[in-house]
Amino acid sequence: MKRQLTCIICPIGCCLTAELDENGEVLNVTGNTCGRGKAYAESECTHPVRTLTTTMRVSGGTEPLVSIKSDMPLPKELLLPCMEKINRLQVAAPVQIGDILFRNIENTGIDLVATGNVKKDQTCG
Amino acid sequence: MKKADLVIIGGGPAGLAAALGAYDAGIKDIILLERDGKLGGILNQCIHNGFGLHRFGEELTGPEYAWKYQQEIFKRNISFLLDTMVLNLSPDRIVTAVNSSDGVFQIQAKAVILAMGCRERSRGALNIPGMRPAGIYSAGTAQKLVNGKGYLPGKKVVILGSGDIGLIMARRMTLEGAQVKAVCEIMPYSGGLNRNIVQCLEDFQIPLKLSHTITQIHGKDRVCGVTVAKVNRSGKPIQGTGEFIECDTVLFSVGLIPENELAKEAGIRLDPVTGGAEVFENRETSFKGIFACGNVLHVHDLVDYVSEEAELAGRSAAKFILEKWKRDGETVTLKRGEGIRYLVPQKLHRESHEALKLYFRVTDVKRNVEIVLRDGKSLLYSKRHPKVAPGEMEYVILTPEIVSRLTNNCVLEMREKEQ
Amino acid sequence: MIYDVAVIGAGVCGALIARNLSRFYLNVCVLEQESDVAMGTTRANSAIVHGGFDAKPGTLKAKLNVEGCGMMPELCGELHVPYRQNGSLVLAFDKEDVKHIHALYERGLVNGVKNLKLLNREELLKQEPNLSEKVLEALYAPSAGIVCPYELALAAIGNAMDNGVHLKLCFKVTGLSKEKEYFCISSENETVKARYVVNAAGLFADEIAKAAGEDGFFIAPRKGEYMLLDKAQGGLVNSTIFQCPSKMGKGILVTPTVDGNLLIGPTSENILDKTDSSTTQQGLEKVASTALKSVPGIQLRTVITSFAGLRACAEKEDFIIEPSKKLKGLIHVAGIESPGLSASPAIARYVMELLKREGISLKANPAFQAERRPLHHCRQMSMEMRNQLIQKEPRFGRVICRCEGITEGEIIEAIHKNPGATTLDGVKRRTRAGMGRCQGGFCTPSVIEILARELGISMEQVTKSGGGSRLLAGKCKAGECVK
Repeated sequence: MKRQLTCIICPIGCCLTAELDENGEVLNVTGNTCGRGKAYAESECTHPVRTLTTTMRVSGGTEPLVSIKSDMPLPKELLLPCMEKINRLQVAAPVQIGDILFRNIENTGIDLVATGNVKKDQTCG
Repeated sequence: MKKADLVIIGGGPAGLAAALGAYDAGIKDIILLERDGKLGGILNQCIHNGFGLHRFGEELTGPEYAWKYQQEIFKRNISFLLDTMVLNLSPDRIVTAVNSSDGVFQIQAKAVILAMGCRERSRGALNIPGMRPAGIYSAGTAQKLVNGKGYLPGKKVVILGSGDIGLIMARRMTLEGAQVKAVCEIMPYSGGLNRNIVQCLEDFQIPLKLSHTITQIHGKDRVCGVTVAKVNRSGKPIQGTGEFIECDTVLFSVGLIPENELAKEAGIRLDPVTGGAEVFENRETSFKGIFACGNVLHVHDLVDYVSEEAELAGRSAAKFILEKWKRDGETVTLKRGEGIRYLVPQKLHRESHEALKLYFRVTDVKRNVEIVLRDGKSLLYSKRHPKVAPGEMEYVILTPEIVSRLTNNCVLEMREKEQ
Repeated sequence: MIYDVAVIGAGVCGALIARNLSRFYLNVCVLEQESDVAMGTTRANSAIVHGGFDAKPGTLKAKLNVEGCGMMPELCGELHVPYRQNGSLVLAFDKEDVKHIHALYERGLVNGVKNLKLLNREELLKQEPNLSEKVLEALYAPSAGIVCPYELALAAIGNAMDNGVHLKLCFKVTGLSKEKEYFCISSENETVKARYVVNAAGLFADEIAKAAGEDGFFIAPRKGEYMLLDKAQGGLVNSTIFQCPSKMGKGILVTPTVDGNLLIGPTSENILDKTDSSTTQQGLEKVASTALKSVPGIQLRTVITSFAGLRACAEKEDFIIEPSKKLKGLIHVAGIESPGLSASPAIARYVMELLKREGISLKANPAFQAERRPLHHCRQMSMEMRNQLIQKEPRFGRVICRCEGITEGEIIEAIHKNPGATTLDGVKRRTRAGMGRCQGGFCTPSVIEILARELGISMEQVTKSGGGSRLLAGKCKAGECVK
């Protein structure tokens, strides 16, 4: 069986063709211009993953939110469940880029990392 | 009046990289003027990843990319003013600006770099019939509301235009609990990157309706729906194809235009296609000592290229200030040929003795084409491209040897390869 | 409390009437159904002060137009509303048109329009070089001008309020009756008592009359669609350019606005729904193609917005400005279609005469201030003045709307100065924030924040233009916190 994919690793967006056996294992990938494209096709056909980028609430900061990301790509089907979890989380200012704000989200072993800075709001205690 | 060697207007990715480029080329007396409350420009609200693959070899989010540059600015102690809006730029490089603490003030600069970025095309420019209800936003405004302020502009969304910001916002609003009903694109192809169609639309089963447009917006107080119709080849709605989609929000992502009012008012010569200034290979505009880079020059698809171009503009401004720039010698204007929508730089000094990275955009989606640079009938350069699209910025690199042979008759064009 | 006069409707006529009333010792209120003033016919029209050659001699339209046009410069001076006497031209493209403009010329002379002149092709193209080559002749009325109608209404109401008039917004009249001494005017939540009532309810004037038990007239909405173009196009013409008028109106015009944009329109279409200010594809196409006939060089891709307004048309071909036939003390100001804006100062003066005839006693209020200090417009100020202002209030140094250069200080002032803005559109009309090239793309989130803060409401409660026009659906991550 053959599967057509658009590589999302970089902005080139190569058109990939993955050849699969009856167990869904990838036999061969064509159309990629680099090794990462092959790896992407293999992952996408067996266990698709995506990096989650979103925001988390901040208390006592100069801004109401801080931007965050999953430090590794998450299984695609966990994106929305993770969002539900994140929506109920709040972190106290200050927050620095790179701070780990939550560990092991949905038991994936993947952490949530701040991608922005939020200072402590000096005006409110 | 204050004085400075270099004033940079805009503290987004272009302004930051231009400042570093100039500083590292020997100019220390720099003032960076930023209208927002922090450096980084639009990157601060672009919380998604995909930035920096070319520049840093890793996938960063917008704020992370901006932060890398900001740290370099802090390290070098380059001075910047926040919440400061430039009101006027004069041809002799007097910059007038305003903020709360200094009031209105002027700086006489030896050189100025324009790095104001771009803005989204507004709904009015599209003239979609209907009322003027609440719930109509540009995708970038929605992005600011969601990512910056923490508010959801609406719960059921139709997006017009498949530019990257629109695609990114389709995913973003879905993640935040809104239902994105459709993305309509008037062209038969998307204006956004393929990877965004996959990870922002297909991942969430959001339909992309190509060759479709919104023909009417319904609702008096708040949007209550849109009529979406198929369009013919010339972009006109086809009678009888209208379909009502219930929604409370319409987002527009129909392209970006350089935010060039300062340049226009100063009288700097603009390229009618890019909407940015006409520049030489060093990014100098038609006015001596005024340079332009980043999205105010032409809308880039990747921030990595913005940074690269801005560093070049910064270095060029430094050369100009240090009087190292040899500005005499012949200048050449390149022509756009078949299939080429625009070229940047539009002009160059033939004796620049440097390789030239010539950016361009094509007019159509094409596969298997050849980009050709010719002087009359003689071929100077050609390169195969497996696929080109108007949504993607392309470039060719010309060696100093080719550059030295360029003339006013040179044309860059796209040729379809015979299969 | 019993008011001496209640004015129903805060359009340009209601506003100027209220201002005139505030010159006297009277308790006056203005009742407006919308969340802001100038939301009906005044919100969207051609913004033209006509010379006055168009209306039939002997009509109120003819008389009040010529008078109003003459009063406009002084009035706008007192209220600090930008007014530009740019003159108007009616173009003739064929022999029929030529006959028509000659007839208009004669009519203008009878109406008392000053300095009317017929221009031949050469004179015309010298004066307006961007007109179509196909033009043969034109009628020139140098007394005509341009003014922003809602700015005039806002300033007039603001000035009236500064002089003691009460403004009640969101007051939709549901009943109007007369007790012995006074009228009771009710809305869903409130009843206001007043000895005299002026019905200046625009499109809804017939419904007010009906509520008072009268069915003497009927107001029909007539839609006009417009396109507003970038300031880069504002210089294409100096005067207001008309084509020959028809029964349905004065045709599609091309005019600069006082803000320097170019306005083209309107269409003219009888409709049924008095709230339907939607634009249509056919309408906008008609505006574009007809305007190009007058000025072929218009760059339509520089359109920054399109909109539609509704004219309040009576069956009778004249304004209805008269006392009620049923209830003494009630004055109707109805059917104020074109040239209503031009006539509005004279209408307001005429209404005072009618009120006097109804028996109102007018004692001049010596404290009346005719001048209204305008809102600060930082962009138009000198550097020194601006710096003085910023020193006093630093928020005048923080630019919120980049395209129009509007500062936080100006927005705050618009929210707090009579008549205070309560909505995004209200801020936009008063300050121009959001009216520029990006049409609010950059400043909308900040303006919502400022409105919420200054009015003491939540961001979600801020509306675009009152009623159900909420701008935000709610907070992201509104759920309860776990940590």
